[in-house]
Parts: sequence; structure tokens; C-alpha cells
Amino acid sequence: MTRPVYLVDGARTPFLKARGKPGPFTPVDLAVQAGRPLLLRQPFAASSFDQVILGCVNVIADEMNPARVAALRLGLGADMPAYSVQINCGSGMLSIDLAFRTIENGRAEMILAGGTEALSHAPLVLRQEAAEWFGEFAGAKGAWERTKALADLRPDFFKPVIGLERGLTDPITELNMGQTAEVLAQIFDISRREADQYALASHARLAKAQEDGTLEGEVLPVAARDGTLFDHDDGVRPDGTMEKLAGLKPAFEPPYGKVTAGNSSQITDGACWTILASEKAVEEHGLTPRARFVDSEWSALDPRIMGLGPVLCSTAVLRRQSLSREDVGLWEINEAFAAQVLACLAAWEEGAFCKDILGLDAPFGRIDHDRLNVDGGAIALGHPVGTSGNRIVLHLANAMKARGASKGIATECIGGGQGGAMLLEAV
Amino acid sequence: MDGMQRTPVMDALRGRELRIGPELRAIDGMKNWRLGHDDGVMWLALDCQDATVNTISEAELTELDGLLDRIEKERPKGVVILSAKTGGFAAGADIGQFRGMTEAGEVREKMARANRVTDRLAALPVPTLALIHGYCLGGGLEIALACDKRLAVGEVSLGFPEVRLGLIPGLGGVHRLTQLIDPVEAMTMMLTGKSAHTGKAKRLGLVDDAVPHRHARAAALALLEGEGGHERGLKARAMSSAPARMIAARQMRGRAEERAPKALYPAPHALIDLWEEHGDDPEALADAALHTFADLLTGEPAQNLIRVFFLREGLRARGEGDHGIGHVHVVGAGTMGGAIAAWAAREGFRVTLADLDTEALARAIGRATDLFDRKLYDSAARRDARDRLVADFRGNGVAHADLVIEAIAETAGAKTKLYAAIEPKMKAEAILATNTSAIPLADLRKGLKRPGQLLGLHFFNPVSAMELVEVVSDDKTDTSATHRAAAFVRAISRLPAPVRSAPGFLVNRILMPYLLEAVVMIDEGARPETIDAAAEAFGMAMGPAEVADRVGLDICEEVAGQLRKDLDSPLPDLPEWLQGKVRDGDLGAKSGNGIYKWDDDEPRKEEAGEVTDDMTDRLILPMVNMAAACLREGVVADADILDGAMVFAAGFAPVRGGPIHYARGRGMGEVKRRLAELGDRYGARFAPDPGLDALA
Repeated sequence: MTRPVYLVDGARTPFLKARGKPGPFTPVDLAVQAGRPLLLRQPFAASSFDQVILGCVNVIADEMNPARVAALRLGLGADMPAYSVQINCGSGMLSIDLAFRTIENGRAEMILAGGTEALSHAPLVLRQEAAEWFGEFAGAKGAWERTKALADLRPDFFKPVIGLERGLTDPITELNMGQTAEVLAQIFDISRREADQYALASHARLAKAQEDGTLEGEVLPVAARDGTLFDHDDGVRPDGTMEKLAGLKPAFEPPYGKVTAGNSSQITDGACWTILASEKAVEEHGLTPRARFVDSEWSALDPRIMGLGPVLCSTAVLRRQSLSREDVGLWEINEAFAAQVLACLAAWEEGAFCKDILGLDAPFGRIDHDRLNVDGGAIALGHPVGTSGNRIVLHLANAMKARGASKGIATECIGGGQGGAMLLEAV
Repeated sequence: MDGMQRTPVMDALRGRELRIGPELRAIDGMKNWRLGHDDGVMWLALDCQDATVNTISEAELTELDGLLDRIEKERPKGVVILSAKTGGFAAGADIGQFRGMTEAGEVREKMARANRVTDRLAALPVPTLALIHGYCLGGGLEIALACDKRLAVGEVSLGFPEVRLGLIPGLGGVHRLTQLIDPVEAMTMMLTGKSAHTGKAKRLGLVDDAVPHRHARAAALALLEGEGGHERGLKARAMSSAPARMIAARQMRGRAEERAPKALYPAPHALIDLWEEHGDDPEALADAALHTFADLLTGEPAQNLIRVFFLREGLRARGEGDHGIGHVHVVGAGTMGGAIAAWAAREGFRVTLADLDTEALARAIGRATDLFDRKLYDSAARRDARDRLVADFRGNGVAHADLVIEAIAETAGAKTKLYAAIEPKMKAEAILATNTSAIPLADLRKGLKRPGQLLGLHFFNPVSAMELVEVVSDDKTDTSATHRAAAFVRAISRLPAPVRSAPGFLVNRILMPYLLEAVVMIDEGARPETIDAAAEAFGMAMGPAEVADRVGLDICEEVAGQLRKDLDSPLPDLPEWLQGKVRDGDLGAKSGNGIYKWDDDEPRKEEAGEVTDDMTDRLILPMVNMAAACLREGVVADADILDGAMVFAAGFAPVRGGPIHYARGRGMGEVKRRLAELGDRYGARFAPDPGLDALA
């Protein structure tokens, strides 16, 4: 049994750039901040959901299974099943996909699906040897054993490993995510200038969207507990120039690399929720669908070139639906790195790549920049990894409505060598 | 709310979760105790007849006396004394029995009889244990202290609130507590009336152990067998010596005088004397305490404070019934709106707070966090309160709310405009409440589709400290809405005072002559410090000059102007200097400069001068006069509501029992004579109100 599934509403917190110390919100705090105003504008009771799914990569120790903690703190009822999902940068989209399929199969009528991430809270991790030493010291019995254990203490044990840095490094290839973008820049011959130009446009587009009210209703203000107001994505740099970008040093592979802090996504905190509903739920609660979920796909490839993930999964979805590039009015390709997005576009233009890898008779073709990330992307907004997938689906639906697009794809590359894509249709 | 996080599963199991000890049966011929046996240990449960909480009176103690006979005969392995009520062990003595007692000798006899029972309990030849859950106050704590050991089960709160009634513990609490724990801590508890919660109770040695319900039986049996228990520390023993007591007593007297001057509040001072004199001789202390208790109880301060206790109960009773409110929407995130929202969230309600000024709204969230940090005691409770309070930037909460409280600018136009915008979004049965302090409901009701749902909920500043809320209605307000609003006020641990929509409502109207007379006196050359000292010596919580500064001179001017326009009752004219201050922006505490100069929310006060003969009466009697006018006009239903409202909203001297009670005590004839005299001397504003005659 398959049934239509709709995206009926969604909202997110402003994305807050990490500024060198833990931000004002934990992952669940963010999910609560995004969820409360979203629920307030619904005509139904908060307990009306059948389940809650939340993507989150860096779960903190105080909030294991953040989906359930958020559900309880949002007052959805103690009898609300809730689970968390993790597929790195795809987590917030995986939660939507699971909600979509669950409703489609008739096992639920309405699901709250979100993503949350507080990268500024990523823990300091003890070095492996330090952790081993601590275990021994804690287990030592008697003064003598403890003294002996103390003698093994080395100063470098106190040098913490930044958890975030490890989290953004592929464990198989030991390449940092930025390095995988350098690999793609090499393979598809993306220049530093092209990457910087792309980044500059991302900021300009977000700045314009903030200015003209495009994000109204999608981004909701939040008040931190100390009374500070956050009402917009604060990583945006409307006054950026090519000169400023050109002046930045390569962040991952100096001095010759092309990937800089300026043409990469930012380290950011934020949460986003979407509400998915069946036809029945739409009627029962008098909801207004914004878009219909048509299909989704997940693909995998070599971790070294994880940034190409969107090409595989998006093409697979379109082929299955017998659609071509031209049928897709709007694209959201998560901007992990400018070079990575540009590499995807380049791959779709290469005849050999399209034939051999994607099984297309002709090149897929160039995606028009006017159809791609039209209101800016993670380079300007930031990339709270567990949240971004959720955000791009929500924003795609909103942008399709605003621009009258009939079909749209939201897709992202995923650290570890994967990609996820969702196809939406206007209603 | 807790209810939100509960499912029927836990509800069904709750009875089992809280079960402790053996099955308890009724006892032949007894109404207030139940009995059970468990492995040779006798369990005695206090279960006051026809009551939801236990209180201690002669009936309970007489029955306990009979049970002690039985224990001496049966000689069980041990005795556990507990409560059969879910709320707690016992709320204290039945205060009603003390009302109107004037014969000290009679009180002494009654208390001596009661003490014989607790003394017998303390002397039992078998080990005894008080198993305490929830509240254990006053007389309840004294029974627990007469046991060999005490066990806290779940969250407990132990204390001696007697001093708030102008009394001291009368059932052996004074000597037993000072013997059990560090005597300085013991005295502090009794002098402040503050309760010790679970952790502190354990730390102080008030209880020997603290366990959750599931381990209560095992812990009780272990303690009875002599395992564990609290040892009195070295410091505690050292502090019991006579020289140490003398030094400590001197310090206590200083602090007590500051908080509760001896002339008004004799109880704390009498308690310090008792301990200083007999702190090392429990028998002598017990005997002397009995005399002190009887003298205090039959004195005027205690009788008036007991009256105030019942005034509080009376106001609370006005909030009985269902409020049917789960979600509260507050519009206006200024000082009052923000504080009302935060307080309601603290008290368990889901609250949305809306304001068009997003920065102001965020700042209100910051203030709420401070409140939760101060007024909630664990991190989970604080987090839940923060989660319940939603900064509603889009005002969507109005559609979910069962109660909407408007706390925006004090102009009828702004308010009616807001109502027109939000009323269509409100639930059909939702109440619309305004926090206006001056605008009549009739002026705000125009244009409403459901005019009967509009009423006033007038909070006082600061909301977290002022217990009273005026529930304002007129003949167009639905009675059921008024009842629900009053029940809501009670549900947020405030006291509802039903008042009619009349200029200034009740409290501000009665308070205004007090503030204005002070202004006139300053104009005559009196120093504000002296005026405040006169009022405080009478027992007012705060002198009128300081109140005026705290309220804000601009607000005083505005309310005074409004009242003079709307009322027949005469008010003094505002002197030019006051209007000048308002013009110059010297508004009081909020601007740092008013009648006083202010530092960090505290007025800079010089030494007070000599209080002149007329000063006190000039401040107090106009309040009495205005109170009589309010009763005459039917602003409030009876004198008890009025007296309670003035004590709990305006800090009217509790030790005087309220303005009407005070006037009655002084004699209405004398009050009228004195007003006439003041009128001759200072002006027609003192003309006795015709309502005074009806109160004689």
C-alpha cells in the first residue's frame, strides 16, 4: 500500500555560527527552540503525532536519544515514541525519509521529523592513551598502586583532542572532509577562483533572502536563557568581496590547496523540524500541504570522493521517475564545500562519467545556477551537520511554492562516502 | 505540567509505588490513628478524620496517649509513627483551637496536658521512629522529635513556622530541637520559621536518614535496630555552654530586631531569652517555654497574626473549584507581563509570552531564567520551567490559550485595539484578563464579541513576592469566568481577592492616601526617613516614601490624578515639587532618583528623626477611612477580604490584623473623633467616611 505523503509545515532556529566556545544551546535545547513555535502555529494538539524522528550526529552525554528527550521537553506526551538517527551529514534528511516511508506504508498518519546539531558543543575528547591511563588510575587500589599509576602520567595526556576535528575526519581514509573536497577539485579541475565566486554568490543570495523576507516563517527567532535574542542566520557576510576571499589561506592543505574557510560551509549550531502528514491527517486537522514527497534514494561511493554522493542518488531518483534535468525546477544541493558542489555539476556535464557511472545515454547537462540553492546555502548559513538535510528539504518546499516550481530535488553529500536525495512535487 | 509527562500506566501503578509498611487497620474507639504490625514492629499512622492533611489537636494527642498505654503493655520490638495522608506527615497544630484564647492559665493547662503525651512518647522503653514524608511542621515535627529517630521518605520539608504566628513551638519543640542538632541552627530554624528540605534536614541531623519510598520499610527497620543515625557534632555541644549561648543570643537579638522589632513581634525575642537562660537544662527550658507560649498566645500580636493566617485561608478558599486552564498566553513582556508569565510557568502552566518588541521579549526570558534560578531548587525543575515558558514572537499562543492576560500600556485605546485583534483567535471558552491597575472594565469591554469573558487580574509588583491578586469583575462579567480566574490565581500559589471594577480597585485606592499624606508631610518639612520610620514602627512592611519611590512617582501621580477625578473621597493635592520631579525624570527606584537616592534597588536613607504624635495617625487613619468607603460602596464583599488584601498586597501591618480590624480594636468612635481632630488641623481630606458607622 502506498499513500501520498505531504510536507505540511516546518521551521528552524536561526543558524548560529560557532564562536570558539560552546553556544547558548545544546542539541536538544535547539530542537526545543525550533519545535515550540512551530507547534504553536499548528491547529492540532501537540500530542497528535504518531512518532518523532530526529537526526543528530554529535549527541551529548546528557541527551542520549535526543529525539525522545526533545519530544518530552516539547510536551508531546510521555507516550510518544521517538528515535534518533545518524548518517552523518544526511541525518536530518534520513529522519524525513523514514517518516515519509512510514506514513506511505500506512504505519503512521503524522510524524515530526527533524535534525539538530550543536557543533559548538562537540566535546573535548581524551587521547586514547590518556583514557587508558585514567582507567588504570581510577581502578588502582591503595596508596602505592595509585602513586605508581601517577608516575605514568604524561603531560601530553592533557592535550585534548577536539572531538569535532575527529568527527570531520573520515576514519577509513583518514582524510579530513576538506581534503576530500581538495581531491574533487583536482579530479574535476575546479579553480580557487570558481570556488570563491560560488561562495560569494551564496552569501549574496542569503543576504537578499534575509532582506526581502523570503525566510519569514521558516526561520523563527529564539531567545537564549540569558535574554539574548537570535533572529537571523549570523554567519552571513553580505559585505564579502572576491579580494577578501582570495586573501584567505587554504584551510586544510596549505599552501597549495584551494579549499579555504571562505569557500567551505561554516561550523554552526541549529535545529530544524518538518511535519509530514498523510491525506487522512491533512483532512482530519485541516492542514495545508506545501509539497508532496515523490521519491528518495541513498547511494554510496568511495569515502575519498564523498562529495559526489548527490550525483549518484539524485540521478537514480530521476531515472526511476523517468524525469530529466529539465523537469526539476529547483535544486538544493547542500554546500559542504564550493569545490564539492562545483565538482557535482561538472560530473553531470561529462559524457563519459554520465554514461559509465550513471548509465545515461547523453550527458545529464549543466544545472542552471538560477535553479540551484537560490536563497544561499551552507557556505553562508553554516552546516550543522545533523540539521542541514532537514533544512534543505524544508527550504526546497518553501522555495518551490514561492517560485512556482513543480518539482524539486534536495540532495546532500555525506561524510564517509554517501549521498541522499529527495524528490518533491508541488501540490 | 507534570500531568503532561504522565501516562495512564504510571497513574495505575502510583498507589503501589507509594506503599510503605504493613496494611493499616482502623482501631476500635479511635478516629485519627490507624494501626498495623510487621514482624514485631508496631506501625501507627496518623490519619485525621475528615481531613486531607493531618493537624495536631487535643483529640489526636488523647488517642495517642491511649496507644502509648497499649505499647507499654504489648512491648513491640519497635514503633514506627507515620502519616496515612499522601501530602505529608502533619501540617502542624490545629490553629483554630488557639483562636480567641485570652486566659494564659487556661492555655498553660491545655499545653501541659499535651506535653505529657509527647513526654511519654519520648520516654517509651521501646525504640521509636518517625517516618516522615512531605510536610512535617510545627506540632507534627514536635511529635517526630519525641521519637528516638527520624527517617525522611521521598521529599520532605521540616520546620517550625510558629514564629510567623507570633508564637514559639509549644509541644517540647524548643528543648528537643536545641538538644538534637546544633543549637544555633535550631534557633535559626525557629526564629525564621524557614523549613529545611530533604538535603538540609539530613545535613542538620534533623533526620537520621533519607530514602525513597521503595526503601522506607527496610531503612525504618534498620534504624529501629540501632543501625546508623545522626551524631551530634562537637560544635553543637560547644555551642550549648552558657558563655557561648550569651554571645550567640546577642547576635540573634540584633538580627531579630532588624527583621521583627521586639515592640511589634515579641515571640522571637522571647525565644532567644528562653534559650539563653535555660539552654543547658531541658527540663527548665520545657517548663519556661510553656509559660512563654501561653503569654504569647494570649497577647494581641499572636492573636492578630493568627487572624492573618485565617485571612490567608479565607482568600485561598475564594479560589476553590476548577480553573480548566492549561495554557496561559500573556501579551506584553514588560516588567509585569514578563513576571506574570514567568511566575505562571514556574507554577506549572504552559505559558506563551508575546510582545511586538522582540528584544524586550528576549530580555523577559532572561529575567524569567533568573527567577527560575532563584525560586526553583533543582536543575530539572528549572529546565522544565524554561521549556514551559515560550517566547511567542508571532503571537500564535493566543489560539491555544485558556486564559489570555493582557499587560500592555495603560491606555484604553491600545488595549481595545489589541482585544479586537486577538479575540477572534481565542478559544470560545477562554478568559480575557487585563492587568490594568486603573481602567474600568466597562471602558475596555466595548466591541468585544464575548464581553462576559473580560475581567481583571491585577497583580502587584514584584509578582514573585506579592501574594495577592485582585480578581476584578463587574455586573457584565460572567460569574463562571470570575470563579475560574480566582481558581487560577490559587493554582499559581497566589491569593485571589474578588473586587468590583471601581476606580483604583481596592488596594491602590486604599494605599493612595498613605502615599500622598507622606508627600504632604515632606512638603511640610518632615524628612522621608522619619515618616517611613513612623509607618514601620506601626508595623507597615514599608514606609510610604519608599513605597512611592518603588511604585514610581509618575505612576503615583497618574493614579492619584485618576482617583481624584473618579472618586468622591477627598485626596490631598500633589505639591509642585513632586510634579517637578516627574517632569525631570526623577521617578524613584527605576530612575535612581526620587524622594530618595537609590543604589542597587536600595534607597539611601539617613537616620530617622523624632516621630511626632500625629504622624502615625495621619498615615494610617486615612487608609482606614478609605477602606470604610470601599466597603460602603461594595468594592469588596467583606472586611476580611479587605484586611487580607491590604496585608498581602500592600504589606499593611500583619501584627495589626488589617486596617478594619485595627480600627475596630481602637474603637470606631475613637477613630472618627481622631479623624475629625486631624481634619481640623490638616484639612477636609480627613473627614470621616459615613461607612465607618456601619463597621462599629
